[in-house]
Amino acid sequence: MTTASPVRRNFSTPPAPASPFPYHPGSLLSVMDLSLDDIGRLLASATELESEDPLSRDRILAKRRMALLFYESSTRTRTSFELAAKSLGVDTTLVSNLSSSIEKGETLKDTGLTLRALGAEAIILRHSSSGGAWLLEESTGLPVINAGDGMHEHPTQALLDLRTLLAHLRPGIQSIGADTLAGVTVTIAGDILHSRVARSNLLLLPRLGARVLLCGPPKLLPEIAVHASQGIEIERNFEAALAQSQAVMMLRIQAERLAGLQLDLDEYKASYQLTGQRLAEFAPTALVMHPGPIIRGMEITAGVADGPQSVILEQVSHGFAIRMAVIERALLAKAGHA
Amino acid sequence: MTAIAIKGGHLIDPAAGVDGHYDILLRDGRVAEVAAPGKLKLAEGAEVLDAKGLMVAPGLIDIHVHLREPGQTYKETIATGTAAAAAGGFTAVAAMPNTIPVNDSPEITRWMQAPERGASVRVFPIGAATRGSKGEAINDYAALKAAGAVAVTDDGHPILKDSVMREVLTAASRAGLSVIQHAEDTRMTQGASMNLGPVSFRLGLRGMPNEAESSLVERDIRLLTELRDSHAHLHVAHTSTAAALAAVRQARRNGLRVTCEVAPHHFLLTDEHVGLYNTNMKMNPPLRSALDRDAMIEGILDGVVDAIATDHAPHAQHEKEVEFEFAPNGITGLETALGLSLRWLHKEWKLPLGRVLSLLSAQPAALLGFKGRGTLTVGSFADVVVFDPKTEWTYRATESKSKAKNTPFDGWAMQGKVRWTISEGRVAYASSEGRVVFANPAQA
Repeated sequence: MTTASPVRRNFSTPPAPASPFPYHPGSLLSVMDLSLDDIGRLLASATELESEDPLSRDRILAKRRMALLFYESSTRTRTSFELAAKSLGVDTTLVSNLSSSIEKGETLKDTGLTLRALGAEAIILRHSSSGGAWLLEESTGLPVINAGDGMHEHPTQALLDLRTLLAHLRPGIQSIGADTLAGVTVTIAGDILHSRVARSNLLLLPRLGARVLLCGPPKLLPEIAVHASQGIEIERNFEAALAQSQAVMMLRIQAERLAGLQLDLDEYKASYQLTGQRLAEFAPTALVMHPGPIIRGMEITAGVADGPQSVILEQVSHGFAIRMAVIERALLAKAGHA
Repeated sequence: MTAIAIKGGHLIDPAAGVDGHYDILLRDGRVAEVAAPGKLKLAEGAEVLDAKGLMVAPGLIDIHVHLREPGQTYKETIATGTAAAAAGGFTAVAAMPNTIPVNDSPEITRWMQAPERGASVRVFPIGAATRGSKGEAINDYAALKAAGAVAVTDDGHPILKDSVMREVLTAASRAGLSVIQHAEDTRMTQGASMNLGPVSFRLGLRGMPNEAESSLVERDIRLLTELRDSHAHLHVAHTSTAAALAAVRQARRNGLRVTCEVAPHHFLLTDEHVGLYNTNMKMNPPLRSALDRDAMIEGILDGVVDAIATDHAPHAQHEKEVEFEFAPNGITGLETALGLSLRWLHKEWKLPLGRVLSLLSAQPAALLGFKGRGTLTVGSFADVVVFDPKTEWTYRATESKSKAKNTPFDGWAMQGKVRWTISEGRVAYASSEGRVVFANPAQA
């Protein structure tokens, strides 16, 4: 047999099949499941539901049933989903991996089927493995809302971040499109590699015309990240990134996902911590965002977190409104009309 | 034993340079006669298989399968795995030692070959290179070989220590056995469940870098160079990266005994096929980039690849219905290898049929020293596959003879349908279209 040097040829090869997901039109697994029109409708219904009288709002989905299935600890996401559901009249039940049969080895599939058998009409899932929400949707056929899957996505966080950005940068906007955020640069800084918030935002924001700068050290931001979506760039110099940005999203270092990765935290802080001085010098008007939980003194100083440019707590409020809209969509969508 | 005459077919035996219309007679488990159409002399009383319009070729040989027995019979047994092999046109398979317990002894090696296992085709056990495949103490290769082992490997537990690998290569060479390495520097793949690249980043999954494979292939070749005088044979299992293939190519130019195999999924699929966490697209080595996939095709076409091997790795349905990172590695492959190779290597990329069949029979037989197999010259084992090269059909996992259904090729178009598989003179598989007529009406 010959061993001639390889000649590059263009082989016609089998294409990857189209995705069967989502199976249910009420599911929200990824920001990519939503068209711009869908996003516009969700934002509009968030505003509508937010302004509704709480005494009539709880009749919209009265006595409907929803399960919150949480395999990871959470404060903001869990509470805001729960309050959002209850404010629409939904009966909720919380199942966490601790204090449930998950501890005994019950699989995600069986847990989902059990919840369905108990009458859950939709499931909100926070899962420690990337792809958990897809597995649950395929297993149960129920609308599934992804409340964060491993290092993958956190779509409602990206939607609430979008709502926060629009409230400040495009106040009063009535509809959205591919140029809504044209001219806006958003820096996402920190532990991009392990962040589902980063992935959902970098997939979502460029679709509305924003330019996204990713900033962090190579260990937390590999070069391959740039291929994840159109409209994103890597800028390793934090100050250069800040100087171009109308908003900066700070991310926590996810100690629980580092898997043996060694980081010099002093070096990290020296390069990437958002300090009052950096903010004043390079981005004196930019919005300071953070999905939480914040680690004060690590990625962000207390002064900045509590300072006038911080919209961190506003994000939390927007989360409540967005999640009402996402829950309403999940429970009103009809299967089979996807 | 009954004799079988296969008449009217197109005999293709690449190792013997035969490619034309011949009838062939099998008797007592061997090829008794090859003759021009209608000219068989000794066919009286033989069962006649009408092979008009069909190809008659040496039975296929898969040198990389997992039959799961002993120990994991809920996934597969030697009987079910070899039934799937027969349905796929294979007449011999080499079984990896990662059973429970690990096949590191002559006893298990013999047990796997015992008639009680109910194998449809010949099973050649591959022995573990080290005790329990723990990468420390090496096994008694002469004893393993005497019991029927055809090579040694620690397969999924690659041998990382240079000193141990050196000892394995030397001892195996002395015993006349090949060393098969699953090349993966596992220090670079901790917690990883797919190929490292833009897709793994997008899916939020930890990735295995190409270097985890290529660096170990390069290390093994370096050791082989140091041991040049031992004439040790290194076989690289399921090659998946361009760099590893390039290292094999270079080593061969330097006169070293290095061979490699490529699995159908690695010349057809890329990490994009993982889609949204499809666990039937999860195996190790993982599906790589399009660049690597193209290099596998190129390597097959230009001849640096020595064999197509499936890495048939059955798993129970419940094991794959879990989070991607927790799903076990591996997919089935015995029933789809021929159909995919003909559909893509032959039809699409124009590799001559004889070359495709050689990669699936004569070359793997030569690689592991299976005497009298991979060819249909008189006196060879009566290992034959008869197939219709024109038929296009759709593979359905639910119809698999394997216990497992974990294939990425469910619903895929296949080319070439197996009509009969004959293993050492016995019909191991006959498709529903397989007609048998008898020369002697009294037997009908």
